[in-house]
Amino acid sequence: MFNLATDRISTMEKVENNLKSPHLNVKDLNVYIQGKHILKNINLSIPDKSITCIIGPSGCGKTTLLRSFNRLHDDSSDVRLTGNVFIDEEDIYGRGVEVTHIRKKMGLLAQKPTVLPMSIYDNVAYGPRLYGIKKRRKLYEIVKHQLSSVGLWEEVKDRLKTPAVSLSMGQQQRLCLARGLAVEPEIILGDEATSALDPISTLKIEELFLNLKEKYSIVMVTHILRQAKRIADYVAFMYLGELIEFGPASEIFTNPKKKLTQDYISGSFS
Amino acid sequence: MRKLEEKIFKGLMIGSSIIIIATLFYILYVIIRKGLPSLTWDMISKIPSGGFYLGKEGGILNAIVGSLFLILGSVIISIVISLPVVLYINFILRKNSRFSNIVRFSFDILFGIPSIVYGAFGFMLMIYFGLQASLLGGILAVSLLIIPIMVRSIDEVAAFVPRELIEAPQALGATRFETLKVIVRQLTPGITTATLLAIGRGIGDTATVLFTAGYTDSIPTSPGQPAATLPLAIFFQLSSPIEEVQNRAYAAALILTIIILILSFSARYFKRKLSKSKL
Ligand SMILES: Nc1ncnc2c1ncn2[C@@H]1O[C@H](COP(=O)(O)OP(=O)(O)OP(=O)(O)O)[C@@H](O)[C@H]1O
Ligand SMILES: [Mg+2]
Repeated sequence: MFNLATDRISTMEKVENNLKSPHLNVKDLNVYIQGKHILKNINLSIPDKSITCIIGPSGCGKTTLLRSFNRLHDDSSDVRLTGNVFIDEEDIYGRGVEVTHIRKKMGLLAQKPTVLPMSIYDNVAYGPRLYGIKKRRKLYEIVKHQLSSVGLWEEVKDRLKTPAVSLSMGQQQRLCLARGLAVEPEIILGDEATSALDPISTLKIEELFLNLKEKYSIVMVTHILRQAKRIADYVAFMYLGELIEFGPASEIFTNPKKKLTQDYISGSFS
Repeated sequence: MRKLEEKIFKGLMIGSSIIIIATLFYILYVIIRKGLPSLTWDMISKIPSGGFYLGKEGGILNAIVGSLFLILGSVIISIVISLPVVLYINFILRKNSRFSNIVRFSFDILFGIPSIVYGAFGFMLMIYFGLQASLLGGILAVSLLIIPIMVRSIDEVAAFVPRELIEAPQALGATRFETLKVIVRQLTPGITTATLLAIGRGIGDTATVLFTAGYTDSIPTSPGQPAATLPLAIFFQLSSPIEEVQNRAYAAALILTIIILILSFSARYFKRKLSKSKL
């Protein structure tokens, strides 16, 4: 599939190409929680096969935005939402769109690792089973493959049947990632997915993200600027419910267009 | 001055703990001393013969089996009712919605109602429907008694289920029902503890079964028949003027105590297991 020419495209060009092929498209998104205007007219295009970091001070609406990507607000009666979110061409809030169908396209990595109350094996097999895969052989292949892809297989292959809670925090978070990947999503959403982890586990997750962006579009909320600098291809800066600036990481970090962004990047406020 | 205060308080705490423990052991001592000599194999393997209540031979197998049937039936009914209630007020409605809190408050009141009231209420219903005292009547009355216990204690552990755990299956594309199944799994240790607590409370209660389950010397073969229960077996034998029969009451009490002790210890064991798995 790949010809040699593509390899020679400089990273900068690659970055611009990705911008032209957005994977997730947010149009005029407004979110109100308990009548309060939390997200204000967000327009954002998340590029394909790259890491986009959403940064901004606490309470600016990062989590709220991320949760609207896979309709996690659906069950909250006090949340009202207007606007559209498109995956490829499909409006996820469109009429007749099944929420399970949307969520299958996205893996979610929560702030605190939340393993399901079952064995390591069953955690990874949970998603595939939901979608009707029953053959033991096939399930085993999936579990093995996904645990390997998060670098956990060697660590747990002898205790697949033990409860997942027995793993360390870092291992649990990688297990959650494998569990998400097992339903073959296109997009990975992470909400401060490393904030409960030690530095080494954090680096492991970041490394995984850098590998995974070959195949997935990754959106990561973080309030650690250094983390965004380490992994982001694109950065979205939010402030008080508004998207202030969005662009390639190199631009945002070295040459932001808005004064507010510059102040935040330089650490004048946080 | 403050030191003295502390000393007095400490003394008070130790004192009351000792009183409680001493009382417990005294009760156990009396039951064992009076009951153990009468606790023969016949007691637990035979039903009462004609002159049993006059000191002749026989046992209380009818009451043991009756109590076990009764508690088994009520526990099944209670779980079937309590679990959906808890799931509904915690995971379908928001945890602190108005309705959830009304439900919780109602169960708190039901929790505090003395068991004789449930017995009387059950009795009234049975008269209304023209039913006689039966195993089924007893099961329903005991269910009324233990449902509040189950709801409240499962509700307590349900409060600890983090939002992320509910969202994890959802994020993978699970439906609401599939998500509830994961939650039930998370709640299993709590449900077990609640069940054991409820059994302990239900199996020893006299007032609920007094009018509703009736009493008989034979082992019930269908839910429509009356059933003997251990608390009533104790009650009837204890009211006898014959000493031998009174001692058998203590033997019956010993059997009931052993059953309850086993259950409390298993409840504690499961509680500890539960708190471990949360870490
Ligand atoms: N369920 C809710 N009820 C009421 N207000 C809410 C709710 N969820 C979020 N908010 C409000 O919406 C705003 C944005 O919250 P959000 O959690 O999205 O911020 P955030 O950027 O993720 O912050 P942090 O960095 O602290 O995680 C906050 O002002 C918060 O108080
Ligand atoms: Mg947040």
